[in-house]
Amino acid sequence: MRPFEYVSPSSRAQAVSLLGTAWGNTEILAGGTDLLALMKDDVVAPKRLINIKEIKDLRGVSLSAQGLRVGALTTLGDLADDANVKKNYPVLAEALIEAASPQIRNLATLGGNLCQRPRCWYFRNGLGLLPKDETGRELVAAGENRYHAILGNDGPAKFVSPSTVVPVLIAYGAMVRIEGPKGKRELPLEKFFVIPRTDSEREHDLRPNEVITEVLVPPATGVKAAHYEIRQREAFDWPLALAAVALKMSGSKVQTARVVLGYVAPVPWPSPEAEQTLQGQPVNEESAQKAAEAALQHATPLSSNGYKVQLARVALKRAILKAAHRGAA
Amino acid sequence: MPDYAWPDAEHRTLIGKRISRVDSPAKVSGQAKYTYDVHRPGMLYGKVLRSPYAHAKLVSVDTSAAEKMPGVKAVHIVQGPGSTIHWEGDEIVAVAAVDELAAEDAVRAIKVEYQQLPYLVTDTEPPQGSAEGQGPLSMDDIDDMLDNQVPSQQMVNQIQQYGITAKPSEDTLKGLKSDGATDAVLDAIRAAAVHPDAGSRPKSNYQKSAAQTLGDPDKAFAEAEVVSEGLYGVPLITHCCLESHGSISEWTDADHLFTHISTQNVSGIPGQMAEPLKTPASNIRVHQDHVGGGFGSKFSPDRWGIFTAQISKKADGKPVRIMLERAAELKVAGARPSAYARVKVGAKKDGTVVAWQSLSWGTGGPGGGGMPPIPYVFAVPNQRKEHTAIRNNIGPARAWRAPNHPQAAVLTMCALDDLAAKLNMDPVEFFGKNLDMAKPRQNIYREELAIAADLMGWKQKWHPRRQNQSGMVRGVGVSFHTWGGRGHASDCDLTIHPDGSVELKLGSQDLGTGTRTCILIVAAETLGLPIEAIQLQIGDTIYPPSGGSGGSTTIGGVSSSTRRAAVDARDSLFAQVAPALNAQPDQLECVNGRIGVKGDSSRSLSWKEACSKLGAMPLTVRGKNPDKSKPPDLTNSGVGGVQMAEVEVDTETGVVRVTKMVAVQDCGLIIDLKTAESQCYGALIMGISYSLFEEKIMDPGTGRMLNPDMQFYRLAGLSDIPELVVKMMTGKGYDERGVIGLGEPPVISPGAAISNAVANAIGVRVPFLPLTPDRVLAVLGQKAGA
Ligand SMILES: Cc1cc2nc3c(=O)[nH]c(=O)nc-3n(C[C@H](O)[C@H](O)[C@H](O)COP(=O)(O)OP(=O)(O)OC[C@H]3O[C@@H](n4cnc5c(N)ncnc54)[C@H](O)[C@@H]3O)c2cc1C
Repeated sequence: MRPFEYVSPSSRAQAVSLLGTAWGNTEILAGGTDLLALMKDDVVAPKRLINIKEIKDLRGVSLSAQGLRVGALTTLGDLADDANVKKNYPVLAEALIEAASPQIRNLATLGGNLCQRPRCWYFRNGLGLLPKDETGRELVAAGENRYHAILGNDGPAKFVSPSTVVPVLIAYGAMVRIEGPKGKRELPLEKFFVIPRTDSEREHDLRPNEVITEVLVPPATGVKAAHYEIRQREAFDWPLALAAVALKMSGSKVQTARVVLGYVAPVPWPSPEAEQTLQGQPVNEESAQKAAEAALQHATPLSSNGYKVQLARVALKRAILKAAHRGAA
Repeated sequence: MPDYAWPDAEHRTLIGKRISRVDSPAKVSGQAKYTYDVHRPGMLYGKVLRSPYAHAKLVSVDTSAAEKMPGVKAVHIVQGPGSTIHWEGDEIVAVAAVDELAAEDAVRAIKVEYQQLPYLVTDTEPPQGSAEGQGPLSMDDIDDMLDNQVPSQQMVNQIQQYGITAKPSEDTLKGLKSDGATDAVLDAIRAAAVHPDAGSRPKSNYQKSAAQTLGDPDKAFAEAEVVSEGLYGVPLITHCCLESHGSISEWTDADHLFTHISTQNVSGIPGQMAEPLKTPASNIRVHQDHVGGGFGSKFSPDRWGIFTAQISKKADGKPVRIMLERAAELKVAGARPSAYARVKVGAKKDGTVVAWQSLSWGTGGPGGGGMPPIPYVFAVPNQRKEHTAIRNNIGPARAWRAPNHPQAAVLTMCALDDLAAKLNMDPVEFFGKNLDMAKPRQNIYREELAIAADLMGWKQKWHPRRQNQSGMVRGVGVSFHTWGGRGHASDCDLTIHPDGSVELKLGSQDLGTGTRTCILIVAAETLGLPIEAIQLQIGDTIYPPSGGSGGSTTIGGVSSSTRRAAVDARDSLFAQVAPALNAQPDQLECVNGRIGVKGDSSRSLSWKEACSKLGAMPLTVRGKNPDKSKPPDLTNSGVGGVQMAEVEVDTETGVVRVTKMVAVQDCGLIIDLKTAESQCYGALIMGISYSLFEEKIMDPGTGRMLNPDMQFYRLAGLSDIPELVVKMMTGKGYDERGVIGLGEPPVISPGAAISNAVANAIGVRVPFLPLTPDRVLAVLGQKAGA
């Protein structure tokens, strides 16, 4: 492993001051379940690691009238087990339990889950996040892209956003809180994710010297939510496509809907088209199918991932029907 | 003449019973040590610089910076400037350092300049008219073939067919020999025609074998009433041993090497290390307690095993360890060749198969690879077959559990199953009808087919193929397989001490199959002792040599020589004990830990008392199997098995789940029913894994393997494994054949059975394994569009 500096600040301000201003030089270390694997494989080689696990106020889960507050250092395991989460955000608890393995969930933090790097096999094999050959030809489009993006893939980014938890959080309307040298800021989680255009950009809006401090989820009273993952293997596998849905009903009709697809684009993919299609409709096989078709109508599959269009449609249709059939939290 | 014959059923106390593995407690408690767990004092860690390119010439290799790095103890150039690399991950430089990280840093500091060459990493259908390499071979061509691990017989054929460009000197031949040329190749070169004026040999990736015909296929197809045509295939998969390949070598003095290695072939390793190390095999000791999977890929010390010894020498004899990282394991430590075919089969209306035609192709990497034995099990009377081997840069192939048979099963059983569908016949009836083509095992198959159908509930579950269904659908499929499994040479020493303790030593290995347990069962049964009364030592070259565990030959080899040693030892003991019992030796028997006179319970001695009659010296007997020229007496070869699979397919997502599998298997006389069943369970799990998930995925743009890890080189997990039903055929008709190997046969059929079940479920064939959602949806989409 390449030598690196290791620092362990005990406050947010210290952490921020230790971070560099360009990506690649410094990395925040939380649970390490992703970062350490990338370092061992020499995919990333930061010169300094800032361990944030000693910063006490980045921990903890609490519920108030404003909703749920989750400290960035909360592990996926603790969050899944939290009684308030189970009761008020049952679909979040379900998505967490389906993520990774118990060992990983005991270490992996929510902040790290938001920032985990894509699973793209070109990236993981050291060929770059926006991989090109010596002649500048894009490797993914001409290569093995069966697991790559079918939406939002017109630029050089062809990978898919890796978190299976984030789409559910976005469907619940989550916000993310960030702290940096200029102070605090807060933005909707869906705005946090961006599609990089150059190798010096990341997959999110974070500056290199900012820290995620917490995730806030508004109250979900009356929300009927669901998520649906299509996996080739039953356990410990990355999904091929997934969908998360949160419906607010007015009688038997949909008043408003939040629809987010996962594993289809370089970012979690909210679908206003599907949301509009559902609005004012009763939920049944036909309306769910229509919404699914609307969500995928502009899909631009690559040479060998056309099947994912169908999978994404099915995931969304099933998530909508599942949401409608379950009681509101 | 001693009577070695296996005891009759009524006299067996241990053989054929369900006995737990003797090493299970050690394994589940973590006490069992694998080579991966061995840490020797002062051990250095070896790491290897591997080529990032699939095909390249090395222009320069500069190790000067690496040599100066802290902690680095030795640097060893494996392939220097001028060498040609034929696959990604090939070894270039090996480094040893005080820890893994220092070794990795040093590898990173090595500068290599490559000249990249054109490569091929796909194995799609060969283009029409693709010419094979032709013309006489230069010594460079032959060197290239050796580098490429082209099988010896194939080289001989080429040399005989095309001749050579120049007569080589004996020195050149010596050089070729040290590069791995066999004597057969050298003889072929010496005898070859010389064509000095021929131009250089054009290279081709495609090597077409001559068409083979049997009977009159044209006439048979013309007369066939139903003909079915289809495309079938299995991709290149890896062995993915859970314990990766590797070894730890140390020079205990200037001339003696001690190697721990993860291997299927303990006794065979020194002989393979001797030549490259210029050290007599007798000075090389090899040891292994447990091995975490080999599946045919761990017979040789491997290049990296040789480095451990070479680097250890440079590092004053300190132990040097190289265990492959997961990525290297998947890239270079072995793969199963792919096989694809366009198959046409014809039958009469009553289902009798009359004609077979296949155009097959596949790759085993640089060596190309051979045609699987098709049509498999069913000897169709009229056949035409052509095969093209693709030589490419996908990496080297190795034997994979039942080499060529799983591929042959898919190509054959799927084509026949499609024919049955076209005939509107239940496959059980259809295959049953054609079993006379499965000589000499037709009766075994018939019996097994009926049992399998019953255990699967085939009659209730099978339905004619249905088109255009939606939702979750189910289907069932069947396949047949065969294998040899004769016992290998295996010597053992059995010692009875005057205090009654018993030791048995042999250089065999237990691949996790239950070899230890089975050896103990045979010895204990023969001596009338409990299993615990015998001390067994295996896994070391200080013990008598025993064959490598390949070809399902171990159980036959070790059980037969153990039986012989135990019978001989028992008879010698009887001779010494007889006077004390006032009897003739041939009147004695040993049962339940006592030696006594048959039929007279009043005259007997405890085992311990009896052994004390040996006097001061222990009794040691060497067990040895009869040589190959004689028919084996205790063992046999040739088994048949039938398997059925039931699947559930989500027609909207294309996700396939196996919901039940049935394996009915014969293997002659079974030594331990429990470990035999366990072989079948393991094989079914491995079969589900390669049917649904496994595939070595290569990037056309970089020549690299994209899934050299266990997130995208998927293996079946617990939740992917359904109800598995195993029935071993035993009793009359089976036991009296003697012991036959079982390691390989049960892994042959799952691919075909599962593919057939999916075809039954969705009404259409998914041509290639693994049966992934994209492939399933592709055929469902086609059907809907049609
Ligand atoms: C075998 C396996 C299976 C998995 N399966 C799933 C799955 O099914 N679904 C799923 O969603 N995920 C899955 N994951 C990914 C896993 O959830 C992430 O690795 C984990 O959440 C990362 O959290 P961490 O605390 O370990 O982050 P680290 O590895 O420590 O860091 C990851 C990245 O996040 C950054 N980071 C961490 N915390 C902060 C912060 N507070 N502010 C700013 N940046 C920060 C780091 O700098 C780094 O770049 C799996 C991982 C593994 C290894």
